[in-house]
Amino acid sequence: MFELLGVPPQALFGQLLLGLINGAFYAMLSLGLAVIFGMLNVINFTHGAQYMMGAFCAWMLLKFLGLNYWFALILAPIIIGAFGILLERLFLRRLYNLDHLYGLLLTFGLSLIIEGVFRNQFGSTGQPYDNPLPGGQNLGFMFLPYYRAWVVVASLLVCLATWFVIERTRLGAYLRAATENPTLVQAFGINVPRMIMLTYGFGVGLAGLAGVLAAPIYQVSPLMGSNLIIIVFAVVVIGGMGSILGSVITGFALGVVEGLTKVFYPEASSTVIFVIMAIVLLVRPAGLFGQTR
Amino acid sequence: MKKTLALATGLAAALGLGQAAAQVSDDVVKIGVLNDQSGLYADITGQGSVLAARMAAEDFGGSVLGKKIEIVFGDHQNKPDVGSNIARQWLDVDKVDAIADVPTSSVALAIQEITKTKNRVFLISGAASSDLTGKACSPTGFHWTYDTYMLANGTGGALVKAGGDSWFFLTSDYAFGHALERDTGAAVTAAKGKVVGQVRHPLNTSDFSSFLLQAQASKAKIIGLANAGGDTINSIKQAAEFGIVAGGQRLAGLLVFITDVHSLGLKTAQGLVVTESFYWDLNDETRAWSKNFMAKHGGKAPTMVHAGVYSAVKHYLTAIKEAGTDEAGKVAEKMRQMPVNDFMTKNGQIRQDGRVMRDAYLLQVKKPEESKGPWDYYKVLSTIPAKDAFRPIEQSECPLVKKS
Repeated sequence: MFELLGVPPQALFGQLLLGLINGAFYAMLSLGLAVIFGMLNVINFTHGAQYMMGAFCAWMLLKFLGLNYWFALILAPIIIGAFGILLERLFLRRLYNLDHLYGLLLTFGLSLIIEGVFRNQFGSTGQPYDNPLPGGQNLGFMFLPYYRAWVVVASLLVCLATWFVIERTRLGAYLRAATENPTLVQAFGINVPRMIMLTYGFGVGLAGLAGVLAAPIYQVSPLMGSNLIIIVFAVVVIGGMGSILGSVITGFALGVVEGLTKVFYPEASSTVIFVIMAIVLLVRPAGLFGQTR
Repeated sequence: MKKTLALATGLAAALGLGQAAAQVSDDVVKIGVLNDQSGLYADITGQGSVLAARMAAEDFGGSVLGKKIEIVFGDHQNKPDVGSNIARQWLDVDKVDAIADVPTSSVALAIQEITKTKNRVFLISGAASSDLTGKACSPTGFHWTYDTYMLANGTGGALVKAGGDSWFFLTSDYAFGHALERDTGAAVTAAKGKVVGQVRHPLNTSDFSSFLLQAQASKAKIIGLANAGGDTINSIKQAAEFGIVAGGQRLAGLLVFITDVHSLGLKTAQGLVVTESFYWDLNDETRAWSKNFMAKHGGKAPTMVHAGVYSAVKHYLTAIKEAGTDEAGKVAEKMRQMPVNDFMTKNGQIRQDGRVMRDAYLLQVKKPEESKGPWDYYKVLSTIPAKDAFRPIEQSECPLVKKS
């Protein structure tokens, strides 16, 4: 059997596929961040906490109400999105006219508080959540669990739908216009503040949905968000802040890069994304798909 | 305050301890519990260890040689630099006499050096690396609860005996993981097994699928998890997902705590063989202590680290009482002379290299239908006597051990 750089090709295919699966999470989370940043100009640092809340929401629905994964998949994003809307109305709304930094500080503080509350309540090791789709298929070069396949499909669908709504529909056009010039759009009789509020709710809902998708794979733990959020921010920066398509493509691509690093030099797998980020920032400060404003 | 102090000194003097009482530095015996308060090891150590130390102080009557016992705690965030800063601040400014717990071997190794230089007592319960009583040993450092050698020989030895003679390691990439991989590898080789490979992952990884796939491809009979806490939990969970156990390979959780089992759920964790030096449901004494602990800890069972912190603090305080001083050198000497006896330790001896010799237990996680109540998770497979559980002193690299 021939080998490629010391690794048999089957193993390489397997790792590529795994990279795509992990990339699916990066893509979904960075998509939410990109939507929020693109439309609201808010750097949403609570995103990791909201992802974690999505997972916990699924766990609580199962434990206390007996509602299974598929219900949680619909209910949890709505609940978490509603929570996001509440945050927007109470806090974020007051910061739109200030510098980005204020929004960042506020959301960062909020995420620390939310994570602290959950850690205090549930401990740091987390809670188990059963896999709703056990088993898998042997593809010859690797064993693909059904659930992971479902995650990739679901995340691709969600990413495409979001992109389509924002870039190709009338509603999306209103949204983009409202970001460019809110006063003018309002003059046409469109309720801009409400639209912004719903957009934030949607972005947060996406984080919640990613959380539900993650619950059966990872431990439902208060720390799961903070482990991921920094990487996701790097993805957004590499893709170009606010670029929707950019964040999706970069998410998947970086998942693959990280997967390959895990084969060739596993010790560096947690840092490789930041090395890429540094290089991209040097060469293209606006990110790969971003436009300089 | 002054009045009570005078009263306490007077009282002590009346009891014939006057001279000794004068030898407690700064008029307080302060113990700093330094561990992970918020990260992946927070449930294994964290506030539970602080509670255990407080319980030990309370059971001691709250004072020793007429001086108040005070317990403080800090969060080292699993970072050696953060831990070292807190330790220096404690020892130089805050008058802390002993540091306890300190999970995360890289941090513990740093603190071992600091306490050695500054001549303070170090009661290690949370950290695992056997180097703490090997080349990094200290005259005032005690390794109380377990170490990588114990885990390696307990779990590793048992699995090789059961036919698991080829191993692949999933190793956490820092001092602890390396030590555990090394010690287990040695145990496997000694039992005529072989190590076919390993992969090292960064601490706090969430996705293990890539590493598990490499382990699967190695065709090793046993996949040894040389990691801990959240990393172990995610490895086990995802191994089930990728059909590794169903495919005939076996997982060896080399360091699994009862809180990890709780978090995984019995359905996923059943059948795992683990080695621990304490389980709450061993006998009446352990049950009684644990019941008390659980009542104060939100119903959560104590880990062996929590129990070890209690045992270490209690023994330390007893040694201060017996030595009549809190000077680290004299206390450490006293600690070595006295046998350790408490709810988890029967006639434990402390060796020259600082290793506390105690029995370990080979445990197996119960099936869901075998568990009769909350936290009823283990059945005891066998007791490993202290002399077999820990590295023989002749093999120690500790410079304090005089070789004849």
